[in-house]
Amino acid sequence: MSHYVPHTEADIKAMLKDIGVKSKTELFSDVPKKLLLKELNIPEGITQQEVLEFMQKLADANTVYDVVLRGAGSYKHFLPSTVKNLSSRAEFVTAYTPYQAEISQGILQVIFEYQTMICNLTGMEVSNASVYNGASAAAEAILMCKERNKSKVIILGDIRPDTKSTIITYTEDQGLEILDIPLDKDLKGLKEALDDQVACVYVEQPGYLGNVIDAKEVGDIVKGSGAKYIMGCNPISLAILKSPGECGADIAVGDGQPLGLPLGFGGPYLGFMACTEKMMRKIPGRIVGETVDADGKKAYVLTLQAREQHIRRERALSNICSNQALCALTVTIYLSTIGKQGLIDVANECVNLSHYFKNELSKVQGVEFLEGEFFHEFVTITPGKVDAILSELNKVNILGGLKLDRDRILWCVTETVSKECLDFVVDLIRGVL
Amino acid sequence: MKTIFEKSKIGSKGVEIKKQNVPAYEFPEGYRRKDLDLPEVSEIEVVRHYTGLSRRAFGVDNGFYPLGSCTMKYNPKVNEEVAQMRGFTNIHPLQNEENAQGALKAMHILSEYLCEITGMDDITLQPAAGAHGEYTGLKLISKYHKARGDLKRNKIIVPDSAHGTNPASATLAGFEVINIKSDEEHGVDLEELKKVVGDDTAALMLTNPTTLGLFEKNIVKIAEIVHGAGGKLYYDGANLNAIMGVVRPGDMGFDVIHLNLHKTFSTPHGGGGPGSGPVGCKEEFACFLPGPKVEKYGEEYFLVNLPESMGKVGSFYGNFLVYLKALTYILTLGKEGIPYSAKCAVLNANYLKAKLQDKFDTEKDRHCMHEFVISIKKIKEETGVSAMDIAKAMIDGGVHPPTMYFPLIVDEALMFEPTETETKETLDEAIELLNDLHARAYSDPESLKTAPHNAVIRRPDEVMAARKPVLRYVKP
Repeated sequence: MSHYVPHTEADIKAMLKDIGVKSKTELFSDVPKKLLLKELNIPEGITQQEVLEFMQKLADANTVYDVVLRGAGSYKHFLPSTVKNLSSRAEFVTAYTPYQAEISQGILQVIFEYQTMICNLTGMEVSNASVYNGASAAAEAILMCKERNKSKVIILGDIRPDTKSTIITYTEDQGLEILDIPLDKDLKGLKEALDDQVACVYVEQPGYLGNVIDAKEVGDIVKGSGAKYIMGCNPISLAILKSPGECGADIAVGDGQPLGLPLGFGGPYLGFMACTEKMMRKIPGRIVGETVDADGKKAYVLTLQAREQHIRRERALSNICSNQALCALTVTIYLSTIGKQGLIDVANECVNLSHYFKNELSKVQGVEFLEGEFFHEFVTITPGKVDAILSELNKVNILGGLKLDRDRILWCVTETVSKECLDFVVDLIRGVL
Repeated sequence: MKTIFEKSKIGSKGVEIKKQNVPAYEFPEGYRRKDLDLPEVSEIEVVRHYTGLSRRAFGVDNGFYPLGSCTMKYNPKVNEEVAQMRGFTNIHPLQNEENAQGALKAMHILSEYLCEITGMDDITLQPAAGAHGEYTGLKLISKYHKARGDLKRNKIIVPDSAHGTNPASATLAGFEVINIKSDEEHGVDLEELKKVVGDDTAALMLTNPTTLGLFEKNIVKIAEIVHGAGGKLYYDGANLNAIMGVVRPGDMGFDVIHLNLHKTFSTPHGGGGPGSGPVGCKEEFACFLPGPKVEKYGEEYFLVNLPESMGKVGSFYGNFLVYLKALTYILTLGKEGIPYSAKCAVLNANYLKAKLQDKFDTEKDRHCMHEFVISIKKIKEETGVSAMDIAKAMIDGGVHPPTMYFPLIVDEALMFEPTETETKETLDEAIELLNDLHARAYSDPESLKTAPHNAVIRRPDEVMAARKPVLRYVKP
């Protein structure tokens, strides 16, 4: 039997004696006898060596691709060596939520720096300490906009399916109706749908299919109607694209995974959330603020807790308690390491390489595209050839784009893919077609 | 310590990004942002800065952490090693099922084990934390009643000793919350319960052991009352560590549960997350679970979406790398190690309680489970020293404070949960420390009221933080 109990038999005997009982079982005398379990029907415990062998076998049963051309909400980026090393420090990893400020200044300051970076990236004034993931951030943002007599929520253009589904889950019990409005050319659909019952408009930039729009133009229209404007963003794109703040957003959200977190089969990631100062008391989750201690020295604390569930209980605006602190730490270390120029370089490499790839593909007979500006994801149309293309790539250990249907593939190119590899993929697709 | 922004120097770089020989693409003017303000710092400065900050943090690896209700047990290193295996970290959530068989198998095995440990029929691993799990579990109950056309059931009953997330989750899931008072033994008051249950009861949410660390002796009767009225029983798994492998929520009559893998199953708290909050349920709720689910056909694993599913509660499959750690833990402990750990958690708590109960007010007539609450009320009346003062003075003694002022139904509460992974010597040192603080409360109360004295800061001004919020660094 393996376990992490450090007691010797003698320890246990001595402790039972001090408590005044004969056995550990006696301590469970409040449990009705008929409920006591005889035996768990799971395997016997194994040694650390055996566990590692078992889990390694499971890890080896997954394909780790040399090249990843798939994104759709999970993006492979270069991870500087500092990221894993520093974020693995046990003082961070094994700490609890920093409610006891005096021995948690390190974690509180990290979150304060994280909040500052998210504010700077999004051009917003207030950030929380993170929420579960991009999908839950979007859902929580919409709930922030709930107002009496405003029962409609507009989702503009294509958004990630997981995010969409999560939004529906979170809003359906709150009396909110979701309206899907396509992104047409002169935003006619949006203009028509906006009335005084619309609480907010949620748009993703880039959209699910990679498209980039003039988000400020949308912002101007939404603002004019009195509805709140929420932008869901890929944080890497914010290095070069107009920030939500510049576009007039009230709330900016997104998934922070591209900022230093591994693919990890989908998690843990983190949802970032930032808003205007006006909405500060509506943002859910933990927030760190700067203050002074009894000696007047700078100090950090969890603050604005009057919003939260442990104070307001059923009247809280959100039930959120845990955040993704360690992921926020990882993002903070990533952004500190690559810095201002590094993030711009990463964004530009993604843009340049993906546009090069699309341009080369456009020379291949039989490949069509969706129109419009894009960041690092775009859609190809190759009627009936999707499976053939993806399976040929799979054979050479390249994870191709995401199959949307039998005709369309959603590709993603990041700085981790080389130009030579893209040339190879273009040739391979030419061969298939 | 200065912030990383104050260490920034124009032109400094932590790492160089590889540039490739492809044409540059530029977006139209109207699409581009003006300025970007991020730190510019060399690599060594980044390393020194965050290493410095880590030394101003306190984790389980640093010392004793008897934080009640949070189960701050040791986080085994082997769990971390497993979660860093390339075959787990470098796989895309949308790669084809046949190329992710190991990941899907891990999810499937973990689901089976968690069902067995809790006495449930089915489970989802998608919720990212306990409160997220509560929400998901309550949605299951909502879907269940609605699917039966039982539309009147819109009330969730919550005891006054419950975690704040319970009522908050109920509201978010569209329910009305009915709070009920506890009885003299801090359990559910059966008469009160009988009064409030009815044909509008959706469910009762319960933590067992309760937030006072006592086993709810009347659980069978409670289940009968709630079920008799057509309601369901929801189990908040915050305190499962006391009873894992000893008694199962499913056998007590619970219909839907959530677990906190970051408490009971040894995954680290990470300074406030990521956690993992799987939700288990009895068969009749299974069709409403969030999708996709992992199903096994023959020797192969598939992701399946159920037609009646509530939809998603977050991205992809939840905190995958976190729940791998829980699987590693369960495999290590196995069928004997799990109940043994629970029993030793209860042993440690009772030992600590036995040694403290002469000086500090606590429940003396019953054995506690994995945690217990002491009240500083009498000490405060006699000396002016509060629960907060004792907690802060513990910091100077090298021990993380217990949970303060919770549950709300005990005045000046301090809640201790030592967990099973602490040695007798560690407990003895804490006992000595608390006895010393008790003596000092009477001999030198001022030294406690001004504690901590050895931490990197003194007590912070929380009122000012909330009144004049400074939530980000702004250049002077």
